[in-house]
Amino acid sequence: MKNLIIMIIKRLALGVLTLFLLSLLIFLSVEALPGDLAQEILGQQATPEAVAAIRRQLGLDLPPHIRYIEWLGGMVQGDFGTSLALKRPIIDLIAPRLQNTLFLTLYTACIAVPLAIILGMMASLFRNSYFDRISNATALSAISMPEFFVGYILIYFLALSGYFPSMANITPSTPLLEKLYACFLPALTLTLVVTAHMMRMTRAAIINILALPYIEMAHLKGIKPSRIIFRHALPNALAPIVNVVALNLAYLITGVVIVEIVFVFPGLGQLMVDGVRFRDVPVVQASSLVFASAYVGLNLLADIISTATNPRLMRQK
Amino acid sequence: MEDPRNPMYDIASEVADKETQIKADKLQTGFLSGNISRRGFMTGALALGVSMTGASTVVEQALAATPKAGGRLKIGITGGSTSDVLDPGQILDAFNINVLMGQTRGNMTRIRPDGQIEGDLCESFEPSNGGKTWKFNVRQGVEFHNGKSMTSEDIVDSIRHHMGEESTSAAKGIVSGIKSITADGKNTVIVELNEGNADIPVALSDYHLNICPSNGDGTIDWQSGVGAGGYVLEEYDPGVRAFTTKNPNYWNTGNEAYFDEVETLGIIDPTARMSALSTGAIDCINNVPPKTASRLKQMPNVKTLISTGNKQVTLPMHCDKEPFTDPNVRNAIKHIVNRQEWLDKVLFGYGELGNDNPIGPANIYRATTDELPQREYDPELAKSLLKKAGHDGLSIKFHAADTGFAGAVDAGSLMAESAKAAGINIEVVREPNDGYWSNVWMQKAFSACYWSGRPTEDWIFSLIYASDAGWNDTNWKNAGFDKLLLEARAETDTSKRRSMYVEMQQIVHNDGGLCLPLFQSELMGYRTSVGVPDVVGNDWELDGHRCSLRWWKT
Repeated sequence: MKNLIIMIIKRLALGVLTLFLLSLLIFLSVEALPGDLAQEILGQQATPEAVAAIRRQLGLDLPPHIRYIEWLGGMVQGDFGTSLALKRPIIDLIAPRLQNTLFLTLYTACIAVPLAIILGMMASLFRNSYFDRISNATALSAISMPEFFVGYILIYFLALSGYFPSMANITPSTPLLEKLYACFLPALTLTLVVTAHMMRMTRAAIINILALPYIEMAHLKGIKPSRIIFRHALPNALAPIVNVVALNLAYLITGVVIVEIVFVFPGLGQLMVDGVRFRDVPVVQASSLVFASAYVGLNLLADIISTATNPRLMRQK
Repeated sequence: MEDPRNPMYDIASEVADKETQIKADKLQTGFLSGNISRRGFMTGALALGVSMTGASTVVEQALAATPKAGGRLKIGITGGSTSDVLDPGQILDAFNINVLMGQTRGNMTRIRPDGQIEGDLCESFEPSNGGKTWKFNVRQGVEFHNGKSMTSEDIVDSIRHHMGEESTSAAKGIVSGIKSITADGKNTVIVELNEGNADIPVALSDYHLNICPSNGDGTIDWQSGVGAGGYVLEEYDPGVRAFTTKNPNYWNTGNEAYFDEVETLGIIDPTARMSALSTGAIDCINNVPPKTASRLKQMPNVKTLISTGNKQVTLPMHCDKEPFTDPNVRNAIKHIVNRQEWLDKVLFGYGELGNDNPIGPANIYRATTDELPQREYDPELAKSLLKKAGHDGLSIKFHAADTGFAGAVDAGSLMAESAKAAGINIEVVREPNDGYWSNVWMQKAFSACYWSGRPTEDWIFSLIYASDAGWNDTNWKNAGFDKLLLEARAETDTSKRRSMYVEMQQIVHNDGGLCLPLFQSELMGYRTSVGVPDVVGNDWELDGHRCSLRWWKT
């Protein structure tokens, strides 16, 4: 237990350092992009006077290091800052969109994680059978197609015929059931995209364990194959599975901008893309920090779970 | 091109002899103008030998064509961004133009569907002092959505928002000709210009120049989204969704603003827009890619709306950079673009040929083909023009990205191919979409660009082609042109004005650094659940972005 706590503290400290380095990196990258907010927001119609006036008002004429330190100062105190373009607190922009993104992630996870793990276990149980081959082939085909293409195919078959809406433009006031209905197609698209990875990992991890002597022992004792997998193999295979699930959940939070666009879903990805497009540095910073925290946090959680479920790691000296 | 909006069925086409045809025509026009009742029309038509189906078709179409109040319009539109703001000075693209100018606010003036200018929140206007002083009469009895009565102060402050040193407005250039704008009592606004300009009422219809309530201290309240337009802004999620409801006190109720509610959704992806339209999740969309326009035609209950306005594809050449310093070289380049091929392959036929002249179909004084013959693809002529300029063959770079105009890179490759016959070697440089307007356009000597066009000749000429123009993207300087521009601006005699503008178009065509191969049509789709008038505005897409005011639910 002591080991676990020390690990958590260490990892949290490392996580904070990662986030700090990342924010610096992001800031420098956006700075390195040609053009600034004043030019982008005025577009083709930018006149030098209007550009100068916007820069003056927003403090874009200050040197970069001063702007970064100012931003960092606010961040340390929990202030995400203000969007340069919208002049609204970033927390107000991010909160509803993050909520949407988390909703979609959770929705997808509820379908994809049990599906992938059950399919993976069944595939390892019936290794090399037709079931194994078909489920593998289907999952691999689904992951091989680009997300937007999967989305379009689902729209073609399930939306144009009127079964499900093609737009998932939910608002905070949409009732839960309607939300679930509206977001079904994006959730299904993402399920198709992430299932293969988790399923194949589950299958591989369990098959690995099945080759170990203690499983052979179990066989010799005359235990049923399904009980061997659920009781004996799965707990020991949990560490890699949990890790790959965490990785996929993080991907669902951070990488779904294309699905957002295809299904008109107001998620966090689009906010960040627009932030980059208009060089709205605080928005880009805030959203990338949210994304990075998702990665750091989910990985930490995965490690905690795999440590906690593994007595050897728990009692290590 | 055939009229995509199924013209009204003609019952006269069903009868054979001339006399009956005339009777049938009279009957139909009488019915459509309301002089003959529906019953009278039906019995009369059947008596003339018209089929029951034919006569009922006309009745149905007529019913659909009569605006009805009520219902909700759902618009799926591009150009929305999460960085959109309600500040009229920073309206950037379709989503905000439609919601802010077309629904919630009004302007001093506006452009009618037939292209003429009319009063909006100012009911009338008159010039004096050679077009240097303009008197605008404020429309009486107009209320903002918050109940405040609109006065001249609101109008003055709304325009001043875009003027002055500290203004961050993108419309700074548009109002730069205004020396002062002042209130003369509560009901009159006086605009003083630096020089005479007969087109100032049109300039004031620009989509940035919305009228917002004044705060009383010289600033305006744009933050609340309150306006005096046909719809009240209820919900606004930048780039995602806007929701408005009918303004019960709108000054033009009865003639406009038929819907109870309007929902505007930002839909970036063209496929998402098309599928939402086809499933009926939305009623109308803008920006249909020419490539997929044929799909719209196959959808049941969906119609295509095409309007060709001044949206133009341009290839600016910098007249101060080699080799474009010589007008012969510029004209050679203008001859190596195969315009018909571009129209067929890049725009899939949805457009019009351009003639290296920015004055387009939505302008009044556009030169006819007699006054300015169409420039054609002619590699031989290009070769001889090059020889005249002392070049034997030529190698140039063309900088393009799809931000310049959709299909710019492909179009560049077509041009490179067709230029070979003239001994010109064009290297197409693919530029990133991101930052295109700040890093490529106006920086590179030869690049791809588009303009949405301007409603008046003076406006687009002074915006881009005058020597001192803010966006002179060809770096072209022509003293004769500048002189004519000033003269024409103040000229109030329309026929004199016309001949001046025609001459200016000829100068740009023959000497300018502008190669303008195409005018691009706006392609839109709408469901038959909405009624669309016969004449729609071509100043902007979606009926001049006033679809919420002018369309209705059938």
